[in-house]
Amino acid sequence: MSERYDCIVIGAGHNGLVCAATLARSGRSVLVLEAQAQVGGAALTREFAPGFQVSACAHIVHQLRAEVLRDLELETHGLKWAARGMSTTALGADGACVRLGAEASGADAAAYKAYAAQMQRFAQALIPVLSRVPPRLGTSDWRDYAALARLGWQIRRLGRADMRDLLRIGGMNVYDLLQEQFDDPLLKGALGFDAVLGTNFGPRSPGTVLTLLYRLAAQAAAGGGLSQPVGGVGAVCDALARSATARGAQIRPRAVVKRILMEADRAAGVELESGERIPAAAVISSADPKTTFLQLLGTAQLDTGFVRRVSHLRSHGLAAKLHLALDRLPKFAGVSESDLAGRLLISPSLDYLERAYNHAKYGEYSSAPAMEITVPTRNDPSLAPAGKHVLSALVQYAPYALKDGWLDERERFTGVCLSLLERYAPGLSSSIVGVELLTPTDIEQEFRISGGHWHHGDLAFDQFFMVRPVPGAAQYATPVPGLYLCGAGCHPGGGVIGTAGLNAARQVLEAA
Amino acid sequence: MTMGDTSQLRGSAPLRDTAPHFLQPLLKTPFHERARALSEVDSFIPWAGYTTVDVFTTVEQEYFAIRNAATLYDLTPMVKYRIAGPDAVGYLNRLVTRNIAKLKPDRVAYCVWCNDAGHVLDDGTVFRLGESEYRLCTAERQLDWLLDSAIGFDVEIRETTEEVAALAVQGPTSCAVLKNAGLAGIERLKPFEIGYFALGQTPLMVSRTGFTGDLGYEVWMPPGEAVSVWDALVAAGRSRGIRAIGSQALNVARIEAGFVAPKVDFLSAEQTIRAGRDRSPLDLGLDWIVDFEKGHFNGRRALLAERARGPRRRLVGLDIEGSKPAHNALLYAEKAGKREVGSVTSAAWSPTCKRNIALAMVDAPYFSMGATVWADIYLNRELVWERRMCRAQIVERPFFAPERRRATPPNDF
Repeated sequence: MSERYDCIVIGAGHNGLVCAATLARSGRSVLVLEAQAQVGGAALTREFAPGFQVSACAHIVHQLRAEVLRDLELETHGLKWAARGMSTTALGADGACVRLGAEASGADAAAYKAYAAQMQRFAQALIPVLSRVPPRLGTSDWRDYAALARLGWQIRRLGRADMRDLLRIGGMNVYDLLQEQFDDPLLKGALGFDAVLGTNFGPRSPGTVLTLLYRLAAQAAAGGGLSQPVGGVGAVCDALARSATARGAQIRPRAVVKRILMEADRAAGVELESGERIPAAAVISSADPKTTFLQLLGTAQLDTGFVRRVSHLRSHGLAAKLHLALDRLPKFAGVSESDLAGRLLISPSLDYLERAYNHAKYGEYSSAPAMEITVPTRNDPSLAPAGKHVLSALVQYAPYALKDGWLDERERFTGVCLSLLERYAPGLSSSIVGVELLTPTDIEQEFRISGGHWHHGDLAFDQFFMVRPVPGAAQYATPVPGLYLCGAGCHPGGGVIGTAGLNAARQVLEAA
Repeated sequence: MTMGDTSQLRGSAPLRDTAPHFLQPLLKTPFHERARALSEVDSFIPWAGYTTVDVFTTVEQEYFAIRNAATLYDLTPMVKYRIAGPDAVGYLNRLVTRNIAKLKPDRVAYCVWCNDAGHVLDDGTVFRLGESEYRLCTAERQLDWLLDSAIGFDVEIRETTEEVAALAVQGPTSCAVLKNAGLAGIERLKPFEIGYFALGQTPLMVSRTGFTGDLGYEVWMPPGEAVSVWDALVAAGRSRGIRAIGSQALNVARIEAGFVAPKVDFLSAEQTIRAGRDRSPLDLGLDWIVDFEKGHFNGRRALLAERARGPRRRLVGLDIEGSKPAHNALLYAEKAGKREVGSVTSAAWSPTCKRNIALAMVDAPYFSMGATVWADIYLNRELVWERRMCRAQIVERPFFAPERRRATPPNDF
């Protein structure tokens, strides 16, 4: 038996590290076990071609909770920004582009201003919902009632007109919402893209206004807009790791957890693949709920109804990640060199996006996918050899459960992506010196996320807030005493936010 | 023939293989033709999708055959599942509240199983047929729950209801009847034991189990052999007073034995809608088959919390004054009938005990042994309803437990 810890955190992704640092800060002895050789989880910077580094999964930081940044002193621990407040450029055919930020270029500029302002107000109102531990239903605990009342009050406080609008649009699809407000297909395509990025939805799917509000609220809570850390997204976790270590937490890389140990119906530690057993008073897993419950814990420790809910969790990813090593800065038609400091979207219309999604519904990849493109080397040359560049793109839709399997289709889909990029950036192909495509099955394997979904489970009404990931585990505690969840599968979900890790740590501290 | 034209089919006796399912809403067991021939009052009721006999002749005649001779009761509709595989023990131990690891091969255990909230889904029996093969007999079909419970376990689960026919042979002369039929060594079979015998050329599995609380056996056979087994047992039992019985007579016997019946004394948590209608094994007085020490099982954490909180109600036996069965009676704390404390779930005049007995769900704290409650009994006396407030004492179950139900070998009655 190894030394006993107060807390073992499984996984050194950003949530695991936030949790560990917060627990260590409160004087707990904490051990973080990471399967990979380096910390980061899905917020990782690594080499993908000789000399070329890329943020291997998440590639923009725009939701990192301000409290985490401040309280864990990430900037003191080495986090530097290569860019903040990055712009968004929607790419259209023949170099017609729309630039989005606080304002938008083009015919819908005025409508956009009113829309963006109202969405900001909604986002502000929803920040408390997003940030706190979700209340439970059907209890007699006054704190649950207080939390529900606070939610009601936040919405009521918007004033009559805004409250009506929020309640009206809350359950809508983003397609209908944007059709009401705008004319420019390019603008609508770009705004709709953010609602479906990382989801299992097309713009016409119900609940896509919710996913958009979720994104905006997390962004509003973070402040700072779209940001790129120096050294890629992995730098956030490097700083978190230093912060956690400085507070006394220990981090062990290359320590693969085989199973969670139980003793007298309590989580009592973990066993590693190596056979080593490490006892602990509490185990906090940043792994996804299916991995945590069905693999690491085992269904024998859980009730059938709970296992049924976990098994039914929809957790198949639909986003692929494309990494290109380039021997020169890419040139997109109609896009200035300074626009490359921001992100570029290929989602020229809502119908384009919906058609791209149609394929995914039937287990096919999009023949004309949508993309979020960044050129991280434009802001941070350290990621590639001098003069060379990296292009990083999130590509939708590439369903996890591809009809014919990914083995033979990866090359073909890479070809689809490259020829699409070539259309928007003529000459790009000739500058490519290295290509990597991560399908959801690759993401599943590399990052140990069941289903390869970066939210660890769809963000949808039935897997949201009070019922995320499933009833019975929606407040970070699980049915098993001493076992907690702290990953993206919990409220509020994926993205480099840190709230799940922070809230989980607080629940652990409160229980003790 | 079109789908609408069903007249021809309705006239002929539809068989499962040929008639569309909507023309045969109730299936027939392999014993049906024999049962129909013996039925004097044509009283059939549906049971788990089959038509079965409620009463053959009179309830009294059939009841007294259970307690004084031997009876045949068609058990075929009981839902059966085969559970087999390397993890079968672990699977069953997580499913039911009892410790199945202690169940030896060729033994049977009565069990209940719960949902996550510790509320009973069903009760039934687990037969250990081999090292890692079990048969689970249940009241309700529940493949969905059984399969979802198998997530993470290496087991194979299959419904075998239609593959196995079964007859309960119960009563003091049941052992003699089986011996007469040629089941050599049947007298050595112990309670809750499984044995394998031959009836002529037919191999039979026999378990010393039953729902009567009396000496008795359950005989399991392939459906193709069912009729010949029935005929052989009827022939072998002629001198021992054997008689086919229906569900009504059995119900009196099971109340005397103090056994709970699903849909009568409790409702499966899958079927309740209103809050507070679910029942835990502790509510049902089944603490003795809840093993909190065996490791995790479905509902364990909820049941521990319930145990810590203390009981809210409990199923108890009642001995009621008078002779009128307290069917559906509300129970009160005092004769004035002011404070309602529960209700009767099963009631019968026990002809053997000569007592007016009942099973009742009684609220805390009124269920303590020996306590008195009052049963509000309604009597129909020649179409005029009268009301009696009868003293009812909480007593031990079973009400009737003869030595012969356990004796091995049983006396040759």
